[in-house]
Amino acid sequence: MAKVLEMRAITKQFPRVLANDKVDFDLEQGEIHALVGENGSGKSTLMSILYGLYQKDGGEIIVRGQPVEITEPRQAIDLKIGMVFQHFMLIEPLTVAENIVLGSEIRKGPFLNHKKMVAEVERLSQEYGLQIDPEARIADLSVGLQQRVEILKALYRGAEILVLDEPTAVLTPQEVEDLFQVLRTLKSKGTSIIFITHKIKEVLAVSDRVSVLRRGKKVGTKLTKDTNEQELAEMMVGRVVLLRVEKGPANPGPEVLRLDGVTVKDQFGQVKVNNVSLSVRRGEVLGIAGVEGNGQSELVEAIAGLRKVAGGRIYLGDQDITGWSPLRIRKAGFGFVPEDRHRRGLILDYSVADNLILGIHGSRPFAGTAGIRNQGKIMEHAEELIEKYDVRPPVAAQAVRNLSGGNQQKVVVAREFAQNPDLLICSQPTRGVDVGAIEFIHQQVIAQRDQGAAVLLVSAELDEVLSLSDRVAVMYNGEIVSVMPIEEATEHKLGFLMLGGHPEEYGAGEVSGNAEQN
Amino acid sequence: MGDILAMMFNTTVFAAALRMATPLIFAALGGILSERSGVVNIALEGMMLTGSFAAMFVTYHTGLPWVGALGAMAAGALVGLLLAVFCIRYRANQVVTGTAINIFAGGLTVFLLRHFFGAAGTSPQVPVIRDITLPVLSQIPWVDRILGRQNPLVYLALVAVFLVHVVIYKTPWGLRLRAVGEHPQAADTVGINVFKMRYVAVMLSGALAGLGGTYLSIAHLSRFSEGMTAGRGFIALAAVIFGKWTPLGALGACLFFGYGDALQMRLQDIGIPTQFMNMLPYVLTMVALAGFIGRAVGPKAAGQPYIKG
Amino acid sequence: MQSRIKAFPWQELLLPLAAVVLALLIGSVLILYVGENPLTAYGILFRESLGSVRNIATTLQRATPLMFTGLAVAFAFRAGLFNIGAEGQLYLGAFAAVWVGISFNLPRIIHLPLAIIASMVGGALWASIAGFLKAKLGVHEVINTIMLNFIALFLTDWLVTGPFHGGSWVPETVRISPTAALSRIYPPTRLTTAVYLALVAALVVYIILWKTKRGYELRAVGLNPSAAEYGGINVPRNTIIAMAISGALAGLAGAEQILGLNNRFIVRFSSDLGFMGIAVGLLGKNHPAGVILAAVLFGALQTGSAAMDRLTAVPRELITVIQGLIIFFVAAEFLIRRILRLKEEA
Repeated sequence: MAKVLEMRAITKQFPRVLANDKVDFDLEQGEIHALVGENGSGKSTLMSILYGLYQKDGGEIIVRGQPVEITEPRQAIDLKIGMVFQHFMLIEPLTVAENIVLGSEIRKGPFLNHKKMVAEVERLSQEYGLQIDPEARIADLSVGLQQRVEILKALYRGAEILVLDEPTAVLTPQEVEDLFQVLRTLKSKGTSIIFITHKIKEVLAVSDRVSVLRRGKKVGTKLTKDTNEQELAEMMVGRVVLLRVEKGPANPGPEVLRLDGVTVKDQFGQVKVNNVSLSVRRGEVLGIAGVEGNGQSELVEAIAGLRKVAGGRIYLGDQDITGWSPLRIRKAGFGFVPEDRHRRGLILDYSVADNLILGIHGSRPFAGTAGIRNQGKIMEHAEELIEKYDVRPPVAAQAVRNLSGGNQQKVVVAREFAQNPDLLICSQPTRGVDVGAIEFIHQQVIAQRDQGAAVLLVSAELDEVLSLSDRVAVMYNGEIVSVMPIEEATEHKLGFLMLGGHPEEYGAGEVSGNAEQN
Repeated sequence: MGDILAMMFNTTVFAAALRMATPLIFAALGGILSERSGVVNIALEGMMLTGSFAAMFVTYHTGLPWVGALGAMAAGALVGLLLAVFCIRYRANQVVTGTAINIFAGGLTVFLLRHFFGAAGTSPQVPVIRDITLPVLSQIPWVDRILGRQNPLVYLALVAVFLVHVVIYKTPWGLRLRAVGEHPQAADTVGINVFKMRYVAVMLSGALAGLGGTYLSIAHLSRFSEGMTAGRGFIALAAVIFGKWTPLGALGACLFFGYGDALQMRLQDIGIPTQFMNMLPYVLTMVALAGFIGRAVGPKAAGQPYIKG
Repeated sequence: MQSRIKAFPWQELLLPLAAVVLALLIGSVLILYVGENPLTAYGILFRESLGSVRNIATTLQRATPLMFTGLAVAFAFRAGLFNIGAEGQLYLGAFAAVWVGISFNLPRIIHLPLAIIASMVGGALWASIAGFLKAKLGVHEVINTIMLNFIALFLTDWLVTGPFHGGSWVPETVRISPTAALSRIYPPTRLTTAVYLALVAALVVYIILWKTKRGYELRAVGLNPSAAEYGGINVPRNTIIAMAISGALAGLAGAEQILGLNNRFIVRFSSDLGFMGIAVGLLGKNHPAGVILAAVLFGALQTGSAAMDRLTAVPRELITVIQGLIIFFVAAEFLIRRILRLKEEA
């Protein structure tokens, strides 16, 4: 089959990470080619380069046999490459037709040719099987329908190569089916499709070939019919180098955190956490593994009181904390290392010392009568924690903005851990942190556990989950699909579950000999 | 009671309302264009004032009030350019820059007034744009007393509302304008130059506001005096919000506020202090913003500088 | 102990200074345009405002209300709020002060403080309206405070020409009782003890913002509301408190004008004191010390401009132009950094 697109040895360097490391990727005419990998694997970067949003540092792009330079989206569009982003680029108050033609409007003299616009949208709609009302306002459409508009936008501009970035992340199961149908129709009309995803089931359901990226490198490309979930999971997750931390066995006590059928919705009314129940006991670490975007953030924020709970109840000890304010929950013995330290965890322009008291700034000894702050005690506290957690440079008065990512994270960890909370939630605690600091933070997590804290660890890093947890749960699509003791957890099993595999189906691969040989 | 009604609903008051509303309409249309593109325009007051001065000044030197009007539009556009450069290119805060322009324009107009014309506080008289009588409308009874004989700028204002409405909703440029103000990144990804659109919109808003100022100095009156806009730029801003950022809505709001203005004197005779009528536009805007009469939400991207990538 | 000492950020002074210098430079173009020598004009300006004790006193009097409105704007900014409403808040504060001043006859030791407190309450209440609307309904405070400015103007206008009219043909109230008046420090200038009050206010603002728990929370909300929420801080409540304190400070400007300068409420007495407060706040980098300095600068410009107007062909409105230019340059930090080739902030 003719190759309609070739990307050769694509390299892209960002300040601290090599996002694409000599990646090869090609697309054949009329195929659906899945591009898969975990977060940080480089798949989105690769496609952004193709669409002209990023500039490559090395390699070449060949479209329909001609080498091209793509420096902005206009050029990609001219080359008949269309992209459907994960975050839609739609104008809410405008109609479907208006959004589709924007930038390449159909005119009648100096005016918009409204009738022709609508007719054209209807024509495309019929031809590709994408039912939509051209006069509907985007704001009134469901997410699935909005996605159709995005696809139509690309088709209107004559896209023959269509890239979809995590298209099913925002869809219901039924909508996913509808989308697959649309893709098949497009394929039958000659459109070549690149489908970015981390969900293995989808890959198997709809693609002809699949390419796997891992940590910026291409692992391999296979014909979909020649592979299976086990193999793909292994390729995506890889042979994990485990930073096993020294720890003794857990000594779990009574239950500290309990979730009963908790449901959380986002601001659009979409269910992000679906009827989740779990329990964490004193002195144990429950790790929740899962690719980001499967509801973990929402779950954790709900427990912290930063998000409303749409259904179910949350218990801390024997108190029902559903609906409590963040302050009240903190005071009840709760510590929280948030996943986004810049947005939630730190006030970048505050000093290290001031950040170290966020959350306890109003209590003694840091503030006394009339709310006057006790600088001396604040500094003492800071110096103590700086030393204990080895924050560098060890200057309590400097703005936390000036610290490296790893040291910033240490400030957050120091602050939350130093309170010796009963319940400690750590969300992506070592993201963007250098290896030395990772090890240190891991040791501190275990130390907290051994002191009797109940620890809920949420991480997209499998090795971290495996290294620290006593029990492991996997979260996929807003649900907890499985909970198991650490002895039963292997990276392959977890990888399989994280990518949408069904617990009952795991093990089928072992029979066919694809299981990892130790 | 009948007296009060007669006082409130008569052609003289309506005709006056239309005249009071005219400068507001121009400025409000300018405000709409700017805000729709995503640039908050607090500087309508300064732009109007500059236009008032320029109209007087150019008319003084050319003897031709219509040329003065063009001068006012040019001056307004220049002030718009100033706002645009600082807010778009140098990413200055739009509200602060708008406030700076108001202060700056207030000072500069008086500075120039005193430099050229001495310390009187007002300029000498200049020729004005005279009222005209429209052939058709002046024949219809009752309507003729409101619309039959008015200043050309009044008619121009009404035409401008229609034009701006058509441009915003029926032309490609208008579609892009709305896109840029709601979701500049989306517009960018389909190849629209967000910066250029904003520059044009803000300069147009200056020109329109300048035209509003023109009415004050060389149509309604025949001279420029210090601070003669007297807060009308802010009433226009209120009209933009109250009219939900649409030309027709703003027209309605301006007519309403103009009506209140025209009624002031008469209401005072029956004991309602003028100041309460003066307050009305502002109170209503706050009520509209708070959502008591349906939420007034502006273009989503208004107020934030657009940073590419 | 090394970790406790923070170096004085000299670079922080550079940007406001550059803004002022640039504005003066452009101002000199205008001076040349009217046919005068900028050095002469500026010389007169600064001599007549700072050249003698008497001039300094006048300058300080002019600066005092700006200190208050500048502090008001700066305080709100620190909490992430844009208080454009200082003008309206000072009118309400002024009215409250004049009401106390003319309605009672109490011993000075009660009357004066009472009037001052009334001005703070008046300003605080007025500002809280916008604060409440922001906190509970999410309505942005910029437009609301602008609207409230006008409402305050007309409201006090009506009050002073209506129920509280002083009886003469001038639109003002009767004079306040002498027991409510601030005393003059340096007659015949109109400098009163209000300037001490302003310095105290600056100190109090400093203490609140940097030495109290409330200030820690307010600044946190201003810098990162998400993190503040995460840290258990009640963002809506702090919004209202910040606006209230800001309004109280603006109200004190009104107190100075009534209890100090005029001793009665004259309709429309404020010539943009509130808006100038924005300039002063920004120029002072939203820090009480900077605000005091910036206010003195603006006071000097205003005082000197009258003399410059008299003695040269340069109209006093040049100062308004320069003040506007200063705001431009302070707001366009980006531009100044380019001009000075400073490293850009991340």
